[in-house]
Amino acid sequence: MYVLSVNGEKHSVDVPADMPLLWVLRDVIGLMGTKFGCGIAQCGACTVQLDGQAVRSCVLPVSAVGEKSVVTIEGVGATPSGQKIQKAWLEVDVVQCGYCQSGQIMSAAALLASVPNPTDDEINAAMSGNICRCGTYVRIKAAIKQAATGKAEILQTIAAGTS
Amino acid sequence: MNPASVNQGRRRALALGGFSLAFVWLGAGKAQAFIAARRQGGDPAAAAADGNPPFAPNAFIRIDAAGPVRLVMPNVEMGQGIYTGTCAMLAEELGVGMDQIKVEHAPPNEELYGIPLLGGQVTGGSTSTRDHWGVLREAGAVARTMLVSAAASRWGVDPSSCTVQRGAVIHQKSGRKLSYGELAQAAGALPIPAKVELKQPKEFALIGKPLRRVDSPDKVTGATQFGIDAKVPGMKIATVRACPTRGGKLIAVDETRARAIPGFVGLIKIDDAVAVVGDHFWAAKQGLEALDITWDPGANAELSTAQITEAMAERSRNGPTIVGRKAGSKPADGKTIEALYQLPMLAHAPMEPLNTTVWVTADKCEIWVGTQVPVRCVSAAAKLTGLPESKIILHNHYLGGGFGRRLEHDSVDQAVKFAMQVKYPLKIIWTREEDIKHDVVRPMYYDRISAVLGSDGRPVWYGDHITSGTVLARWLPEGMSKEGLDDDVVECAAETPYDIANCNVDWVRHDMPAGLDVGWWRGVGPTHNLFVVESFMDELAHATGKDPVAYRRSLLAKSPRALAVLDLAAEKIGWGQGALPARVGRGVALGSPFGSHVCLIVETEVTPQGEVRLRRAVAGIDCGIAINTSSIEAQVQGGLLFGLSAALYNAITLKNGAVEQSNFHDYRNLRMNETPAVEVYRVESSESPGGLGEVGTAIAAPALGNAIFAATGVRLRSLPIDRRRLA
Repeated sequence: MYVLSVNGEKHSVDVPADMPLLWVLRDVIGLMGTKFGCGIAQCGACTVQLDGQAVRSCVLPVSAVGEKSVVTIEGVGATPSGQKIQKAWLEVDVVQCGYCQSGQIMSAAALLASVPNPTDDEINAAMSGNICRCGTYVRIKAAIKQAATGKAEILQTIAAGTS
Repeated sequence: MNPASVNQGRRRALALGGFSLAFVWLGAGKAQAFIAARRQGGDPAAAAADGNPPFAPNAFIRIDAAGPVRLVMPNVEMGQGIYTGTCAMLAEELGVGMDQIKVEHAPPNEELYGIPLLGGQVTGGSTSTRDHWGVLREAGAVARTMLVSAAASRWGVDPSSCTVQRGAVIHQKSGRKLSYGELAQAAGALPIPAKVELKQPKEFALIGKPLRRVDSPDKVTGATQFGIDAKVPGMKIATVRACPTRGGKLIAVDETRARAIPGFVGLIKIDDAVAVVGDHFWAAKQGLEALDITWDPGANAELSTAQITEAMAERSRNGPTIVGRKAGSKPADGKTIEALYQLPMLAHAPMEPLNTTVWVTADKCEIWVGTQVPVRCVSAAAKLTGLPESKIILHNHYLGGGFGRRLEHDSVDQAVKFAMQVKYPLKIIWTREEDIKHDVVRPMYYDRISAVLGSDGRPVWYGDHITSGTVLARWLPEGMSKEGLDDDVVECAAETPYDIANCNVDWVRHDMPAGLDVGWWRGVGPTHNLFVVESFMDELAHATGKDPVAYRRSLLAKSPRALAVLDLAAEKIGWGQGALPARVGRGVALGSPFGSHVCLIVETEVTPQGEVRLRRAVAGIDCGIAINTSSIEAQVQGGLLFGLSAALYNAITLKNGAVEQSNFHDYRNLRMNETPAVEVYRVESSESPGGLGEVGTAIAAPALGNAIFAATGVRLRSLPIDRRRLA
C-alpha cells in the first residue's frame, strides 16, 4: 500500500512496487490527463511534476515516489507557472491533436517555475524530451516566451503576404 | 484519393460553392439529403439520441431551449483543426459566436456525414473543407432562415426586416430580440425553406480570420477524451502481441509465468496474436512479457527490405506498365538526364498508441475508439460478431494523431475478436513497440525519372517510371481505374505546375507479400511524387547552370498561382541575396497538391560530420479561400515538420519478415532543439478552398534534399537522408 499526494489530495493505492506512476494515475486513481506514448521515457507524453521537477511517469516506479508531491495536468493550473503556461497555450493556440500537450505543459511549467525568463537554449534543453508528432514546437516555444514575459509573441506571419 | 464513387450531382453542386453564389436552391437527391436530413419529428430514435432538441433542421445543428448551440462534426478531429473550421463555416451562416457552441462527434452514419470525394464517412485526403465548404454554410443558412421566420411570424413583421447576432434574432425597428433557444420550438415546426441566402464574403465575421481552436481549452487541462481515455464500468485492460513476422500465426503459448503477475486476469488468443488481460495496463504488460510464445513465421520467414527492393528493381525493368499520363512522344534529340529515386516504408506513429475498448454482449457490441473510418469499423464489427449493424454502437473520440493510421481498422477488428471471448468490457492498448511493428506502412517506391532538354535548357519532355505497391487496390478497390491505375501513385507526377509539353508518366504495380499491407500516410501520393519531381527539377536546373528558383519560374507561365507562392517564398527568405556561410544551403520545392499551391524553401547547415542542422523554413501557400488563417499557419508549420522528420530519420525495414524498428529511439521524431524557425506566408485567393492538412508534409523532403545539395554538392536520391554520404 502506497499513499500518494496527487494534486494536493492523498490517495492510498494497493499496487505492485514496480508499477510505473503513469499507470497508477490512469488505471487506479483514474486521472486520465497524463498520457501513455512510448513506455520508455522517449516521448514525454507522460510527464508529471514530482516536487516541481518534470519526470517521466512511465518509467517512475510508484515505490520511488515516497512523500514527494505529484502534480499532474489536472492540477497544474493551481500553480502560478502552470496557470501562466496554460493561458499562453490558449492565447498562442498551440495544440493540434493535443495528445502530447499534457506532457508539454508539465515540462514547460516546471521550466518556468525554476527559470522565470528562459533563453532559447534553456527552452530547448527543457523541452527536447517531449515529442510532438503534429509539429507544434514553433508555437510551444512562442507560448513559453509569452508566458514568461507577458508580451505577445508574434513569430509568424499569418496575415496575407505581399506577393 | 479516389473520386470513383462520388455522387456526380453533388460534386457539381460543390463546385459551385464559391463566392459567386449568393442564393442556393436546395436541390433534390443527395444535396437535399445532406441539408434536410433528419428533419424535426422525422426520426424519433435519432432525436432521442440527440437529447431531443426542439430544433434540429439538419445533420449538423441542434438547438435546445437553453444552453449552447450543439454542432455535430461530420469529420473527426485529429489535430488538423477541422472542428474549428467546421464550426466557423456553420456559425458564420447560423449567426452564433464561436464561444456559444458545443461540439459533438458525429455518430457513424454514411448518409448524413459521408464525404462525396471519398465515398464514405471518412476523414482523410485533405478533403474535409474542400468537400463540406458549400454544405456547411448552406446548413447554417437553412437554420438561420427558419429561426428568422419563426421570430418574424411571432412579431408579425417581414423576415427581411430582422437581423441575427450572437444566437438571437433582432428586430431593430421595434427593439425586439429573441434568442435561438426561445425560438427553437417554433422554428422546429416550420418546413425546410426551398431557398436560402448565403452571406457575401465582405460580411464574414469568422471565415478568413485567425480563429482560436474550439478544442484548445480541454486539451490544455487534460480534460479531452481520447479513445484511450474511455472508462466503462467493469472494464479490464489488455495489451497484445501479434506474430512479429508479418503474416505469421500463433502455434502455442504458455502463460504459467504470467499467472504469477499481480493483477493478471487472463490470456486470450486469436489465430495470429495473444492478449494478456489485467486489472491495469501494467499487469497486462508484465503478463505479456512473461509469456512463452511459439509462432509459425509462415511465408515471410526470410523476408527482408533488400529482397523487396531487388524485386522492385527487377519489376521496374521488366514489369507491365500502366499509363498515368502520356502526352506527345519522347524527342529523339536533345540532352537526356536520368535519375533513380527511392523512398522507404514509413510508420505513422501517432502519439496516441492504437487502442480500442469493446464490450460484446449477447445482443450488442459497443465500441469506444478514435477512428477516421467509423462506418467501416461498424461494418467490420458486425461481420465479426454476426450482429446486425444496428446493434453495433460506436462512440467516436478525439484522435491523438491519425496521419492515415486510423484510416485502417485492423486494431478494431483485432479488439473485437479478443473481446468476443470475454464477458466484460475490454480495453486493448497497443504498446508503442506493437504500433511500430504492426503499422500498415506507407509503400516503398522505386522511380526512374528522366527528361529531355531543349537547346534553351528547358525540358521538352519528361518521363517518370514509378514502381510500387498500391493502397487503393485494397482500401477502395472500386477506385481503381478500369486500366488498373491507382491515381494516388501518380498524383503530382502526372500533373505538375510546369509548362512541359510532352510526358510519359507510368506505373508498374508491384504488390507487397501477403501480410505486409500498405496504407495511406500523411501527404499520400504527393509526398512521394513531389520528392522525386522536385528533387529532379533541381537536378535539371543545376545541369543547365540555372538558378533553381529562376528555372522553375521560367516554366510557370501557365500556373499563375504556383508562380505566386514561389515568388512569395523566395522574396520572404531573400533568395539570391547575400552570401551564406560555408556548408549552408537553401533548397526550394514547389507543388500543387490537394487543390492548394505551396512553395517551401529550407535553409540548412550540414556539419563536416554529416549532421543536418535545420536553420530556417519559409513557406508560401495559396489554399484558396481561407477559413481559419491561424490554422493555415499551424497546418503548414506542423505538416512540414512532420515531413522533415521523416526525411531526416525515418524508415521501416524488415529482417526475417519482422519490422526492425520498435519505438521512438529507433524511429526518431524531430525534437524542439532540432526545429528550425518556420515562417508561413499566404497568397490571398478567392478560389475554392484547397486542402491543408497534408500540403506541408508533401513539400518538405524535396526542399530539404535540395538545400543539402546546395550546402554540400551531394545529391541524395533516397530517403531518409544518409548522413554517411554527407560527412
